[in-house]
Amino acid sequence: MTPQFEYVLALADDALISAQRMGWWISRAPQLEEDVALANIGLDQLGQARSLLAHAGEVEGAGRSEDDLAYLRDERDFRNVQLVERDQSDFGVAMARLLIFAAYQAELYAALRASSDLTLAGVAGKAVKEVAYHLDHARQWVLRLGDGTEESHRRMQAALDAEWPYLDELFDGSWVAPELLEEGVAVDPASLREPALGRIMPVLREATLQTPEVLPAVGGGRRGLHTEQMGYLLAEMQHLTRSHPGATW
Amino acid sequence: MNDWPLWEVFVRSRRGLSHVHAGSLHAPDAELALRNARDLYTRRQEGVSIWVVRSSDIEASTPDERDSFFDPAADKIYRHPTFYDVPEGVEHL
Repeated sequence: MTPQFEYVLALADDALISAQRMGWWISRAPQLEEDVALANIGLDQLGQARSLLAHAGEVEGAGRSEDDLAYLRDERDFRNVQLVERDQSDFGVAMARLLIFAAYQAELYAALRASSDLTLAGVAGKAVKEVAYHLDHARQWVLRLGDGTEESHRRMQAALDAEWPYLDELFDGSWVAPELLEEGVAVDPASLREPALGRIMPVLREATLQTPEVLPAVGGGRRGLHTEQMGYLLAEMQHLTRSHPGATW
Repeated sequence: MNDWPLWEVFVRSRRGLSHVHAGSLHAPDAELALRNARDLYTRRQEGVSIWVVRSSDIEASTPDERDSFFDPAADKIYRHPTFYDVPEGVEHL
C-alpha cells in the first residue's frame, strides 16, 4: 500500500461509511422532509466517496475500480475513522456526529483545494460547498434540540457525550506519511483541529450544551481496527455484490 | 413532531422570472422550512431563490366567491389589448 493510496483511501472510506449510515435514515427520519434531507446528505457523501475511491484505484494502479474497493475489501482493509461507522439510530446522535464530521470535512476539503494532487483538489473544491450545507443542517438541529425542551436538551447532551470520544481520531495525523505533507498532497489532520473546533464550539454554546469531559476512544480506524458494528455495516453494504458477483441492473 | 405547521414554497427558477408556487411542506419554523424547501424542491437545479410562507398566513379566495370575483371580467373585452386597432404608422407602441 503506497502512502498516497492509503491517504486517499482513508478519506474515501470516511465518506463511504458515513453515507451508508446516513442511508439507514431513509424511511426512518422523524418527518418526510427530514428523510429527504438526510438522504441528500448521504448522497453528497456517496458522491465524494465515489470520486475518491476511483482516484484511489488509479493511484494504486492495480486495476481496482471504485466498486471493487467499496464492495470487495474486508473489514481490516477499511481505513475510516470509528466516528462514522457506529450505529446511529438515535436522531440526536446522528446530528451530533454530523456536526463533528462536517466541521472536520469542511476544514479538510477547504485545505485540500490547494493539494498538489489535482484530482484530490478537484474533489475537494466541489465537496466544500456540499459539506457547508451538511454542517448547517446539523447546526440547525443541535441548536433546536439542545436549546429546546428539558427532554430534548438531556438527550442531545447524551448524544454529544456519546460521540465526543471519537472526535480525537479525526485529528490524529500519525498515520499520514511525512512525504505526503512535504509534497503538498495531504493535509496534516492535526492542523484541522483548532479551526474545526472553532466551528463546533459556538454551536454547543448557543445550544446550551456542555463540552463533554470524556476520555478519547481507543481508535485505530486508520490502521484497519474497527468497532463491533463495522462488520454488520459491511455485511449489509456488500452482501448483494458478493452474493451475485458482476450483477448489474 | 406531527404538529409541525404547513408551509407554502415559492421558487424562482432563474433571474428575471417571478417566484412560482412549487408545493408545500412541513417544518417546525421558517429557517428549517427554507432548508426543507431547498432539499425537496431544488435538488435538480430548479431554482436560484426560494420563499416560504406559512400556509395559515395566506388569505385565499374560496370557490363560493368565484362568481362575484371572476365573472364580471368575462364580458369586458376592451380590457384586452387585442380589442384595439393599432393605427398604421405608429411606432414604439
